[in-house]
Amino acid sequence: MYGKKVKLRALFLITLILSLTLIVFLVLYSLKENVVYFLSPTEIKTLNEVKKDKIRVGGMVKKSSINIINDEIIFIITDFQNEINVTYSGLVPNLFQENKGVVAEGFLEDKNYFKATKILAKHDENYMPPDLNKKKDE
Amino acid sequence: MGLFNQSKIFLLTNKYQKFILIFFLLVLSVGLLEALFLSPQDYLQGDSVRIMYVHVPSAWISLGIFSLIAFLSILVFIFKNRNLIIIAKSFAPSGFVFTLIALVTGSIWGKPTWGTWWAWDARITTMLILGLFYLMYLLAWRIFEDRNSVVKITSLISIIGAINIPIIKFSVDWWNTLHQPSSIKILSDSSIHEAMLLPLIIMTAAFALFSLLIFLMKYNTELIKIKTKGLNRL
Repeated sequence: MYGKKVKLRALFLITLILSLTLIVFLVLYSLKENVVYFLSPTEIKTLNEVKKDKIRVGGMVKKSSINIINDEIIFIITDFQNEINVTYSGLVPNLFQENKGVVAEGFLEDKNYFKATKILAKHDENYMPPDLNKKKDE
Repeated sequence: MGLFNQSKIFLLTNKYQKFILIFFLLVLSVGLLEALFLSPQDYLQGDSVRIMYVHVPSAWISLGIFSLIAFLSILVFIFKNRNLIIIAKSFAPSGFVFTLIALVTGSIWGKPTWGTWWAWDARITTMLILGLFYLMYLLAWRIFEDRNSVVKITSLISIIGAINIPIIKFSVDWWNTLHQPSSIKILSDSSIHEAMLLPLIIMTAAFALFSLLIFLMKYNTELIKIKTKGLNRL
């Protein structure tokens, strides 16, 4: 039906797309731990060693865990399986709240204690008007 | 030209341009009214949520246009249809502009919400890569003079760049990212309230019409170029 050249060009494209997809897949798969933006408290617990490098920990701010002592904010990040204590001094974003997502950037002291140098709020995929949220809470 | 009669297409696209412009302005006005005034604030983000009505449609359109360019390029590469390559080329500028709008509005939204303008997470980085592929595609059209090589090179750029598209889409599901996962799901209920879904859909329609309009203008320009300078000038 189609000429020989047409078939050859189609074959060329298929092999090109297939090989590049495999390369991208391999690279992303082997870099898995570096592609993630943050680690969960559970992933911190299962680390083989406490690294000195700057890392990010993400999860939920545990309910009524926020304490402000002098200039320090102390709170707990939880993924509902494991928790980690975080200390931080500085400004936090407006959306930093209890029971909301958070990403803390900084250094691990040990597997239970994290010293943050930057706090980012993580917004979830829920969008709704304010009065609706109040109704949900009641 | 074989497949199409160029001058007929020229007349048609020229005629519809005005209708599409009027229709676009209408839909955009309704969309902006809905997005900026009629839709409610978000319970958490307040008025920042309104940035989403520009950000999300821009991102959708930029992904859609790149997929379309890649699809057309596959046909062009295999079947050597010259008319399709002009269509693909004419879609690229609006796709690039919407990628930039998505990146910039995302950054403006990120500062008050996340607390940072930029994060090297998987979603944001892959969107930046999409922008770079658009730029490469547009530059390649300018750099390469030879008609045969420019068609091959631009087609290959868009086909290779299309591998990035599913990675952008699923980046928020595959890895921990700062960017939130999709609110609009095909298989289950959307986690976005109806009052906020409406402006999102209207704005998406408006941006799609805008892309169509820019496409028609660019397409007509390309046809005029071919007419005046001969077929060699793609």
